[in-house]
Amino acid sequence: MASQNLQSVPAELSPEEQERERAGQAYFDRIIAEDSRIEPRDWMPEAYRRTLLRQVSQHAHSEIIGMQPEANWITRAPSLKRKAILMAKVQDEAGHGLYLYSAAETLGQSRDKMMQDLIDGKARYSSIFNYPAVTWADMGAIGWLVDGAAICNQVPLCRASYGPYGRAMVRICKEESFHQRQGFEILLELSNGTPAQKQMAQDAVNRWYAPALMMFGPPDDDSPNSKQSMAWNIKRFSNDELRSRFVGMMVEQVKVLGLTLPDEDVRFNEETKKWEHGPLDWNEFKDVLAGKGPCNSQRMERRRQAHEDGAWVREAAAAYAAKQAQKEHAA
Amino acid sequence: MTTESHSKETPWPLWEVFVRSSRGLSHVHAGSLHAPDATMALRNARDLYTRRNEGVSIWVVPAEAISSSDPDSKGSFFESPQGKDYRHATYYTKSEGVRHL
Amino acid sequence: MTSEHTTDFAIEGHGDISVGVSGAGASGDGSASATRITPGNALRPEDIALEVRRGTAKPAEDVAEYALRLGDDALILAQRLGHWISRAPELEEDIALGNIALDELGHARSFLSYAGGAWDKSEDELAYFRREPEFRSAHLFEQPNGDFAVTIARQFIVSYYQFELYKRLSGSADATIAAIAAKALKEVDYHRDHSAQWVLRLAGGTEESRRRIIQGFRLLWPYVDELFEDDELTARLADAGTGVQPSSLREDFDRLTGEVLAEADLAGEYADGGLGLDRIPQSLGGGRRGKHSEHLGYVLAEMQVLAREHPGASW
Repeated sequence: MASQNLQSVPAELSPEEQERERAGQAYFDRIIAEDSRIEPRDWMPEAYRRTLLRQVSQHAHSEIIGMQPEANWITRAPSLKRKAILMAKVQDEAGHGLYLYSAAETLGQSRDKMMQDLIDGKARYSSIFNYPAVTWADMGAIGWLVDGAAICNQVPLCRASYGPYGRAMVRICKEESFHQRQGFEILLELSNGTPAQKQMAQDAVNRWYAPALMMFGPPDDDSPNSKQSMAWNIKRFSNDELRSRFVGMMVEQVKVLGLTLPDEDVRFNEETKKWEHGPLDWNEFKDVLAGKGPCNSQRMERRRQAHEDGAWVREAAAAYAAKQAQKEHAA
Repeated sequence: MTTESHSKETPWPLWEVFVRSSRGLSHVHAGSLHAPDATMALRNARDLYTRRNEGVSIWVVPAEAISSSDPDSKGSFFESPQGKDYRHATYYTKSEGVRHL
Repeated sequence: MTSEHTTDFAIEGHGDISVGVSGAGASGDGSASATRITPGNALRPEDIALEVRRGTAKPAEDVAEYALRLGDDALILAQRLGHWISRAPELEEDIALGNIALDELGHARSFLSYAGGAWDKSEDELAYFRREPEFRSAHLFEQPNGDFAVTIARQFIVSYYQFELYKRLSGSADATIAAIAAKALKEVDYHRDHSAQWVLRLAGGTEESRRRIIQGFRLLWPYVDELFEDDELTARLADAGTGVQPSSLREDFDRLTGEVLAEADLAGEYADGGLGLDRIPQSLGGGRRGKHSEHLGYVLAEMQVLAREHPGASW
């Protein structure tokens, strides 16, 4: 993710510059200590900027790539009401990608460049979207489990120390409140439907459960960046903490659905007062992240194609704007 | 690094979007977006920032047209009003309890 | 949803989320007012369906046939437009096309819910369990998306046609048709604007975009006449004041589309770099009688496959 405008400060600074760096760092430290917010034009440590840019752009990419497995079912949604809901949801995801790219742009990276990095395979996105959405019930499981996990992650991010990121998350969380509910309702409807429908729902939950748990990221002892992110008030809770809370919520909700979680080891640990789950296949997680998931190349190709197919449209609009501006100037 | 693949494109400029949520209220910054010109920026803003009835009026402003106060001088730039509590009604305590004052 | 963990992590009832943001400028009336959301109070497809179920709205047979045409047009278009979401030229346009698709889908649901009242069928029974010859949409709506220019050309024709249609239908003697049309009218007014803006940009943008929008219009213009064809049904409805003769919309359609095409410098002959619309032969049509092009079969196959695998199921 190297980029020219992210080069760290030259080692040799004039005394004046050194003083400015020191003052900037002191100011930054105080803002963080007060749990206040850093805004775009504030001085910030290069590593903070870089970490945020990586996280926010990955988050944006995840929204954009995450549109695909669901868009895959818009044309086949089994009722017109569900079709409308699904369209609105996938459309929201484009909006959320936009909000997040905007937040990332305040850190000095253009959206164009971020999009190009994604298409060139230089950027990451949530690995869960490399799994296929093969049945209608996956629309339910994605909404309930994947969006559910995303919301658990995102709610604390509304308080992230970087102002534009936090504000984007506030808007996203407000809008996403319907995403998880519609997924839950899809599953509930299927679970109360025909035996074939119920089986479809259970299969989907079985397939999406573990990948959803892994959305919280590697276990705390294998998540080297977490500590720094927490010290900077970007992250508020550890991966395992959020995962445990999520499991606790799912345990209750799955009962209402009349389905089961594919995890015999789920239990509430009375000593730690935390929910525990069975072992997760982190090798698979790493493989999928490294490009070996079932849909990695398909997802990337689809994004690349949409972007390249749209190039002539974007150019046309830019050319038209330039011509109009020229006309106005001449007039 | 791969500038050759997208350098011929002029990216659409960035616009800041302000939304008035209902009559009588100010326009408030809602976020930003990309658009080729002001006409499309307004429409994109309508589609993106008011699809849940968030507004009755929209402003779009080219992001580059905004001037902002220098963050480095925030200490001195905003120091003057500090401590001038006589600008606030709460400073005047002797009139407390007097009706309609 | 439970709200056991409340401190700073509450996911509360009523679909809203307490984000636990305090101070720090992240909340305050500023962002609060810019993100204040409401569902509004417009007429919804569910309201129509409810009235039909209660028997407070029941269309006459002719009106139901008519509503079926209007609903099918909107449904097939929404189905086509829905394919764009995640494939648009720019993210902003994913959202714009998504909004238009959702508007059209809403109109389709309202019209089909109402039409179904005549035959005791739901919107979904009509959408998912009719066969191709039973669909009443005109050919234009089922034409493939093509590139963005083709989609914009289709949007341009459709939105100017639908605007004139709904404008008149909002005064229909059938109260339900009038109500659906009045709601739809405001939405397709925006669709007109969206497509006109893009016609101007594509025609006046680059050489490539101009070539493509010309190609798009020439590809779709053969299906324009069908939109304005009168038949016995529309004649009866026009007499009754519940519907309009499609031919009566043509003059305004030609005038208003002509203004935009002239501004886009597209009004001339093809040889002179324009569209040469007058010389484009018109297709025979037949959609209103259930005779469709080769495209509709695929559209329906995709749309209906899941619902038909589980007949009688609820989703």
